[in-house]
Amino acid sequence: MRVVVDLTRCQGYAQCVFLAPDVFQLHGEEALLYDPAVPEDQYERVRQAAAACPVQAILVGEEVSAGVR
Amino acid sequence: MSGDLKEGRIVVVGASLAGLRAAEALREKGFTGSLTVVGDEPHPPYDRPPLSKHVLLGNASAYSTGLPMRRDPEAEWRLGVRATGLDPVGKRVLLGDGSSLPFDRLLIATGTRARPWPVPEEAALDGVFTLRTSDDAARLAERLSAGPRRVLVIGAGFTGSEIASVCRERGLEVTVTERGPAPLVGALGGTLSKLAAAMQRAHGVDLRCGVTVTSLRGNGRFTGADLSDGTRVDADVCVVAMGAVRNVEWLADSGLAADPRGIACDAGCRAFDMYGIVTDDVFVAGDVSRFPHPLYEYQLLSLEHWRNAVDQAEVAAHNMISPGPLRRPHLSVPTFWSSQFGYNIKSVGVPTFSDEVVIAQGSLEARRLVMVYGYRGRVTAAVTVNMAKSLDYYERLIESAAPFPPPPGAADRRAAAEVPLPSDVPDPSRLSHGPTVALTGYLPDRRLVLAKPTG
Ligand SMILES: Cc1cc2nc3c(=O)[nH]c(=O)nc-3n(C[C@H](O)[C@H](O)[C@H](O)COP(=O)(O)OP(=O)(O)OC[C@H]3O[C@@H](n4cnc5c(N)ncnc54)[C@H](O)[C@@H]3O)c2cc1C
Ligand code: SF4
Repeated sequence: MRVVVDLTRCQGYAQCVFLAPDVFQLHGEEALLYDPAVPEDQYERVRQAAAACPVQAILVGEEVSAGVR
Repeated sequence: MSGDLKEGRIVVVGASLAGLRAAEALREKGFTGSLTVVGDEPHPPYDRPPLSKHVLLGNASAYSTGLPMRRDPEAEWRLGVRATGLDPVGKRVLLGDGSSLPFDRLLIATGTRARPWPVPEEAALDGVFTLRTSDDAARLAERLSAGPRRVLVIGAGFTGSEIASVCRERGLEVTVTERGPAPLVGALGGTLSKLAAAMQRAHGVDLRCGVTVTSLRGNGRFTGADLSDGTRVDADVCVVAMGAVRNVEWLADSGLAADPRGIACDAGCRAFDMYGIVTDDVFVAGDVSRFPHPLYEYQLLSLEHWRNAVDQAEVAAHNMISPGPLRRPHLSVPTFWSSQFGYNIKSVGVPTFSDEVVIAQGSLEARRLVMVYGYRGRVTAAVTVNMAKSLDYYERLIESAAPFPPPPGAADRRAAAEVPLPSDVPDPSRLSHGPTVALTGYLPDRRLVLAKPTG
């Protein structure tokens, strides 16, 4: 599972940081850093974070692989 | 007719952010025909912004930034294959492996690449890098982890500044050279560039402005560089961060309006041919495009911004499968972010389209502020430093062409900030870094052209 945050939309509310601190961290006062490759034991937390983000800036999903030739 | 448009053959060239999001949107909007995405990189679409931040810090692998799909676009992916030409009459994309792909409609999303150091023998020295792809990031991250004595960064635009920030955070000595008067000046103008310079120096960057690098030295391996002021920097890693070049060469014989500034298209993402006649089957999205925007007097904008690639891809996809009256314009206000030295810098609008600025909230001393940009009495842009939550308010002012200076909108507005200052946007040809927003038309009172390679 991969995660990408639309950082133009993110306003640093940090809900994601509380819900999945192993994946999302604040760097300085409001710059969000995150680990794009989500470890399996974090899937549930990251899904919760995506749902909780007040500006819906977090997208989780699979990366392209099928059909690549 | 709209039924027909949802069938047929669509080819997307460029398998990155814009290409992936367009492919997804085509399916979301009901395209049932055949969809092929061609990309010359061997990797599936991945996200670039983390490369100069998380990845260089050593916190994530360069190959871990694969973009999540919103949905599977059920496309045929031709990865590791370069498009070498376009036959607009026969409606075929020519590929590097000698084959060709027929299409009914084409989306061009070939983006940009890093501008290389202009002297090939010097660029080939071991230890000289550029940063655009995951392969670049992997090599550079490895070299930074090896603990070089000093890193030289050429060009203090966003990418160069972010790299310098990472170096300091990793405890590495770093020298930054910039031909212009200060970092980020090409994107943010004079006042904020002074703050950027102060931030760099406060974090221990050896920042040298108003100088150019005249040559890179080394015998096989990079050892240092000579500067135009006669000094010499000894370093074992050099990152060339002199802006980007648009990937348009493959379209040289296509008859499209493709030149080093990008591919010109209309607000509906349809490409212009070289006579300025709009095509109806070739569309453009992302960093490779330039498009007219009514908020900026219909000048053609070239944006190297993540959000623009996403928004424009969405509009292009919609218009590729919708008949004329149902087509939509790409009118979103440009916006981007950068994080460096622990600060979060966000921008909305086009800061270079300005003659005056005012600090509307916060202050330079507090290192937290909103800078509002105006052009001839209306608000055209705003930049926040660690005040991202205010950005939406200013976006609305820009969209409604609100008067500049803006009315007091926030409680902590200071009296001193009410005096507008000149915005001090330089001619980009005098910078080492390319501006990441370029107005490719003109302002009546100013010459704005794309930066050329600098020596
Ligand atoms: C290090 C870095 C940091 C960044 N940070 C930020 C940031 O903080 N904020 C922000 O807003 N933006 C940032 N950006 C910019 C953002 O990544 C781009 O705006 C975005 O990638 C544009 O997407 P695109 O799909 O238009 O083009 P690209 O991502 O450039 O993709 C184009 C693709 O097409 C391929 N291609 C080119 N020519 C051909 C051909 N002839 N045939 C086949 N394939 C071809 C290329 O190899 C590439 O894979 C950053 C970019 C970089 C490199
Ligand atoms: S919850 Fe959303 S807005 Fe808040 S920091 Fe995370 S991504 Fe940003």
